[in-house]
Amino acid sequence: MTDTDLILSAKGMTKQFAGFMAVNNVDLNVRRGTIHALIGPNGAGKTTCFNLLTKFLQPTAGSITFNGRDITTLAASEIARLGMVRSFQISAVFPKLTVLENVRVALQRRRGHNFDFWRAQTVLGQFNAEAMRRVEEVGLADFAHHTADELSYGRKRALEIATTLALEPEMLLLDEPMAGMAQADVERISELIKRISANRTILMVEHNLSVVADLSNTITVLARGQVLAEGDYATISNDERVIEAYIGVGHD
Amino acid sequence: MTDQTLMDTVETPSAGRPTPLGIPRLHLAICAALVAFFIIGPFFLYPVFLMKVMCFVLFACAFNLLLGYGGLLSFGHAAFFGSASYVSAHAAKAWGLTPELSILLGTGSAALLGLVIGALAIRRQGIYFAMVTLAFAQMVYFVSLQAPFTGGEDGIQAVPRNMLFGLIDISSDNALYAFVFVIVFACLFLIYRIIHSPFGQVLKAIRENEARSVSLGYRVNRYKLAVFVMSTTLAGTAGATKALVFQLASLTDVHWAMSGEVVLMALLGGMHTVFGPIVGAAIIVTMQNYFATFGAWVTVLQGTIFVVAVLLFREGIVGVLGKWLKKPL
Ligand SMILES: Nc1ncnc2c1ncn2[C@@H]1O[C@H](COP(=O)(O)OP(=O)(O)OP(=O)(O)O)[C@@H](O)[C@H]1O
Ligand SMILES: [Mg+2]
Repeated sequence: MTDTDLILSAKGMTKQFAGFMAVNNVDLNVRRGTIHALIGPNGAGKTTCFNLLTKFLQPTAGSITFNGRDITTLAASEIARLGMVRSFQISAVFPKLTVLENVRVALQRRRGHNFDFWRAQTVLGQFNAEAMRRVEEVGLADFAHHTADELSYGRKRALEIATTLALEPEMLLLDEPMAGMAQADVERISELIKRISANRTILMVEHNLSVVADLSNTITVLARGQVLAEGDYATISNDERVIEAYIGVGHD
Repeated sequence: MTDQTLMDTVETPSAGRPTPLGIPRLHLAICAALVAFFIIGPFFLYPVFLMKVMCFVLFACAFNLLLGYGGLLSFGHAAFFGSASYVSAHAAKAWGLTPELSILLGTGSAALLGLVIGALAIRRQGIYFAMVTLAFAQMVYFVSLQAPFTGGEDGIQAVPRNMLFGLIDISSDNALYAFVFVIVFACLFLIYRIIHSPFGQVLKAIRENEARSVSLGYRVNRYKLAVFVMSTTLAGTAGATKALVFQLASLTDVHWAMSGEVVLMALLGGMHTVFGPIVGAAIIVTMQNYFATFGAWVTVLQGTIFVVAVLLFREGIVGVLGKWLKKPL
């Protein structure tokens, strides 16, 4: 594996909250063009890892490299500008904006007109066609003019993905994209993730193991803030420590 | 669906069909009514009273640009209103500058002060932001009390009404009224435009979900600072104009009570509405004027009205009206 194969890599990544090690010396290497899953029991530190990788949290120790560039000290907004965009575990939409407007906020960032305070808002109409394409892509065409807070939970997640995709990021970090979705939605979003992964890299946290098995090339298992195991689904599912960690939590 | 029909349905936040200007008809109608009111007004009401209303309407709208649309509660906006008032009074009196230049200078100093205070305050959130702005405003108050050119307790009195552009005599109340009318309505139009601009849309997104905006790559502090400075600049215009109307700049203008009053105006009218602060400012100024004989009771009355307003309609008068009409106002 050469260095250019790796799009994202963390070395010795550590985060301490008032003495508590939420993420402890984690090494994570994500290969370009793959779907990489991060799994683990509740409280394992998956979301914290996402926050560290996207700089929503500053690591206590360790370094992070994206596309060969050290991003350890960058601001969160700059990470997105470099082409790595995350979603949130708790669905993150703009509730009072319509579905179309939600997507347009992303387009506006990428294509300009975000500081024009002297122009009428109507100039944003030029993004409507592209925004609509993104909305259709995730099956929300019928809801384009509803405000986001009117959507069901599953549809909010879909909107979030549409908004993220509008930035055409090189890499997506999805935190439990299918949690709380109906089975039909799970299938559609699985399909979508497969489709968009063609020329992208995806790092995702997901509890639905059949989805993980179906989608991911590599899986990293996290428990108590540390990497427990890494490999493809067959390797992971037969690993003694992984089974124990999952069952162990069940007995808590 | 074609692009054109899409545009039609998207651009109107359900406040009637859009006009060529992109402003909903209902808003156009309200604007026309406001303009008409302030044109006919001086025939029935004291021009000086109406000018006071206009100055505070502008102050409240400028403040609410930050609160309602930037999502930032400043508890120190008197600093910008008041310092601009001092600067413009001083420029007119000591340097004999023309009114438009005095106001421009006052406005500019509020912008500069806003840039400095804003740069330090926007990193704080919520109540901490309010406290930082209050702290800075208290410093401005202290300077106003001590500085040699502000006249201490007396303020700057008998500010002359110099010739507009050095040519036009605005010493009569009616001429001055026209001048104030043009300034205030031009600024109000600008505020309306900012709220409904692409920049305004980003502000809305940041207010709705800041973390998501960051994750989309928005450098949110720049937007917050920009709207902060816009707000202080326009508050400055209001203060500077007020100094020329009353021919006075005094400690009242920089006092923390003034900062509180403008918060009250915005909340009473409705902070998430365009027209709310106008209504809020008009009500408060009218109360102060007509109930002035009650002395200290004005404050009690104001407090009571505020409490009742907050209890009865948390979205403010115009906010409730908008809900009732199912249209954004
Ligand atoms: N800001 C914080 N301050 C203190 N502790 C935190 C903070 N954020 C997370 N933690 C703790 O760190 C640990 C890891 O949390 P994290 O949210 O990363 O887990 P997770 O793997 O995403 O879990 P889940 O599957 O439930 O989403 C938890 O014990 C949590 O309580
Ligand atoms: Mg989590």
